[in-house]
Amino acid sequence: MEKIDTIINQKEANEILASPQFAIQVKEETEISGSQAVLEAFIAEGVDTIFGYPGGAIMPIYDALYDYNDQLKHILVRHEQGGIHAGQGYARSSGKVGVVFATSGPGATNLVTGLADAMIDSTPLVCITGQVYAHLLGTDAFQEVDVINITTPITKWNYQITDANEIPSVLAKAFHIAGTGRPGPVLIDITKNAQLQKFNYSGYKKCTFIRSYRPKPTVRKEYVERAAQLINEAKKPMVIFGQGVILGGAEKEFKAFIEKGGLPAAWTILGLSALPTDHPQNVGMLGMHGNYGPNVLTNECDVLIAVGMRFDDRVTGRLDKYARQAKVIHLDIDPAEIDKNVKATVALWGDCKETLPMLTALIDKKQHPEWLQKFNEFTQKEIDVVIKDELNPTTDELTMGEVIKVLNELTKGDAIIVTDVGQHQMVTCRYAKFNETKSNITSGGAGTMGFALPAAIGAKFGALNRTVVAVIGDGGVQMTIQELGTIMQTGINVKILILNNQFLGMVRQWQQLFHDKRYSFVDIESPDYVMVAKGYRIEGQSISKRDQIKDALSIMLNHPGAYLLEVMVGKENNVFPMVPQGCSVAEIRLS
Amino acid sequence: MKKEFTITVYGENQIGLLNRIAIIFVRRKINIDTMNTSPSEIVGIHRFTILIDETEEVVRKVCRQIEKQVDVLKVYFNTEEDIVWQEMALYKVSTEQIAEKAKVERLLREFGARVVAITKDFTIFETTGHREETDKLVKVLEPYGLTEFVRSARIAIIKKSRGFHEKLKEFEQRAPGEELVENEFLNQRQGVFSM
Repeated sequence: MEKIDTIINQKEANEILASPQFAIQVKEETEISGSQAVLEAFIAEGVDTIFGYPGGAIMPIYDALYDYNDQLKHILVRHEQGGIHAGQGYARSSGKVGVVFATSGPGATNLVTGLADAMIDSTPLVCITGQVYAHLLGTDAFQEVDVINITTPITKWNYQITDANEIPSVLAKAFHIAGTGRPGPVLIDITKNAQLQKFNYSGYKKCTFIRSYRPKPTVRKEYVERAAQLINEAKKPMVIFGQGVILGGAEKEFKAFIEKGGLPAAWTILGLSALPTDHPQNVGMLGMHGNYGPNVLTNECDVLIAVGMRFDDRVTGRLDKYARQAKVIHLDIDPAEIDKNVKATVALWGDCKETLPMLTALIDKKQHPEWLQKFNEFTQKEIDVVIKDELNPTTDELTMGEVIKVLNELTKGDAIIVTDVGQHQMVTCRYAKFNETKSNITSGGAGTMGFALPAAIGAKFGALNRTVVAVIGDGGVQMTIQELGTIMQTGINVKILILNNQFLGMVRQWQQLFHDKRYSFVDIESPDYVMVAKGYRIEGQSISKRDQIKDALSIMLNHPGAYLLEVMVGKENNVFPMVPQGCSVAEIRLS
Repeated sequence: MKKEFTITVYGENQIGLLNRIAIIFVRRKINIDTMNTSPSEIVGIHRFTILIDETEEVVRKVCRQIEKQVDVLKVYFNTEEDIVWQEMALYKVSTEQIAEKAKVERLLREFGARVVAITKDFTIFETTGHREETDKLVKVLEPYGLTEFVRSARIAIIKKSRGFHEKLKEFEQRAPGEELVENEFLNQRQGVFSM
C-alpha cells in the first residue's frame, strides 16, 4: 500500500512542479521549494559547475535545475563515482569547493570511494544526495540506503535534511565546513519531501561561524620562536612539504621561507607543484618511489621541518627508524596530525599561510651549500643508476619515463597533469615538470584506481584555460572508461595518455620482487582503446615506437578537442628507487 | 601500558554524533567498556562519558580524533585519580529465596543497597558505587539465585573541572581567548618546550 501511495504522491508533486503557474506562484508568495533553496545556496556560494547523475529521489532538485540552467552548469557523468572524482578534480584545479549530485540508494553508495578519497586527500566537496520521503526512512523503501551511517567515517561532516526550512542554514554550514580549516568532503542527504516542500524563504546567509568548530587556531608566538631557534641552530635542516601548502594558498610564503633559510625542500606526492620543479632548492620526492637523496638524508638531517603533511606510511617507511636523529618541527592546521605518527619536537599548530611568514621573519638568512651539495651527490648517483636509463633508454622497449620527458618538453611544465594509481603515477610524479601550483592532481592517500579520467574532466572544468593531460595506466583506465561518454557529450578538451604495459604493473612489480615472480592475476587485457575512443567520437592513436613519441604527443596536445593517445611501453619495467615495505627510508633500493 | 581512562566529551545535541564518536573506537578495534550519554550542566549540550582500557598514547590520539569532529566542543581524558565516578546496578532475586535464606537487612547495610521493588515473586535491589562494590553484591546474591543483573555505564565528574559554562561562553565568541584556542592535548604534551 505504502509504495502505491508514494507513487501517487510523487506523480502529483511532479505535476505541480511542472505546472507553469508554479514558478509565478513562488515569486508572488516569496515561497520557494527546498530544491530551489539548494540551488539558491549554490549561486550564493559562487558555485558554477555541478557534477551529477539524476534519479528518483533527487528528481525535484533536477527539476528545479531546469530553470537554473543559465546560472549553473551541470555535467552529466556516466557513473556517480565519475561524478565525485570529477568534483575532486574540479576542486583541486580551481581551489574551490566541488559540488556533486547523486540520487538515493546506489547513487549514494557509488559516491563512497570518492568520499573516502576526498577525505584522506583533504579535498573540499559538498555532495548532495537525494533520499526517500521522510516517512519511508527505515522501511527498506525502494532505493533507500542508510547513507548517513555509511558515509560517517569518510566525511568531515554529514547531515540529513527532512524539512526544507533547514536547507539554507545547513547548506551554508556545509560550504563553510568543507572549505575551511583542513578541507574535506561534506555530504547532505535531503529527503524527497524536503526537496518538494515549499517554505518561506528569507534569503541565504553564508555561515562563517560554528561554535563547536574551530577551523584554525590563533598561532602562539612562543612555538614560532622555538621553531625558528631550532632552524637557526641547524647545520643540516631539511624541509618536507605536503598539500597543506597548496590548500593554505601559501606557495609564495613557502618559497620565501625556504629561500631565506637556504633550506632544501622535498615533497610528498600531494605537495608536488606547490614549489616549481626546477627550483634549485627543490630536492625531489619523498617516500616509497621518491628520490634517493631526500629519502636517505631524512635520516641524516638534524632538523626536519614538516609543512602541511601527515607522515603517511608511504612517506616514512619504517616508522621506528624514521628521522630518529632529527628534531622535528611540524606545521599543521589539524592538531590531530601532530604527534600522530612522528613525535614533534615543536608543534607549530596553525594555518601555514600564517605560520610560515612568522617563521620566515625569525629565521636567519642563510645558505647551506655543503648540505645541498650532498643532495646533489645523491641525485647524481640516482641519475647514473636509474634516471638515465629511464629517460634515455637504450633498449627497444619504450619506458614510461621517456614519454613523460617528451611531454615535459612540449608542455614546458605548464599543463595540469592528472594521474591514476600505479607505476605510471609514480613515474609521472617523479619526472613531470611543474611551474604552477595546483597542477598535479592524483589520488594520494586512498590510491583509487579509476580516479584520473573523471578527475581530469573535473580539473579541466575547474581551469578551462589550462591544458589538462590525464596520464593513466591500462588497469585504471578500464575502471572508469565510461566517462569517455562525459567527454563526448560535453566536448571538454581533455588529453588522455594511456601508458599501456599490458599488466597491472605495480602489483606485478611487487609480485616479482616479493612473491617470487608469481604473477597472480596481473595479466590484464585491454580493448582497442583507439576504437573505443572512436565509438565515443574521440580521436586517438596508439603508438609503440620511440620515433613516434614526439609527433604523437604534439598531435594530441595540438588537437582542438579531446584526444586519446595510447603508448605501448615495456611490459616488465620496474619503478625504482624503492623503499621496500617495512624498511627504513635510508634502505632505499636503486635497483 | 594499558590502564583505565575515562573520556568526557562535550558535544552538540545532534543526531549521528554518538555514531561518529563510537566508530572512532571501532576503527581502531578498541572495545568501549561503558558509554553514557546524557545532558550536561548546559541545556542543549550533551555529555558523553566513555570508559576504555588503553595506553595513554592511544587515548590521546583517539581524543584528538573525537575533538576534531565538527559537532564536538571539547574532550577530556582522565585517570581514576582525577575523577569521582559512580555506576549503578540492579539485582533481581526470588523473594522466597532471599527472605528465607539470606539476612536481607545485613545485605542492605553492608552493601549500601536499597530495595526498589518487592513482589511476591521477586525482589529488586539497587546499589550505586564503584565496580568492586557492585560486583561484590553479585557474588553474595549468586548463591540465592540471582535471576537478573544489570549495571549502568560509568558516569564521572572531573574533580578539578569548573564546569562548562565559562568554556562555552568562550566558544561562542568569535575571537576566543588563548586558553580555548589551544588544544588541551597539545598543551599537555611533554617536551614541547623542553629540548
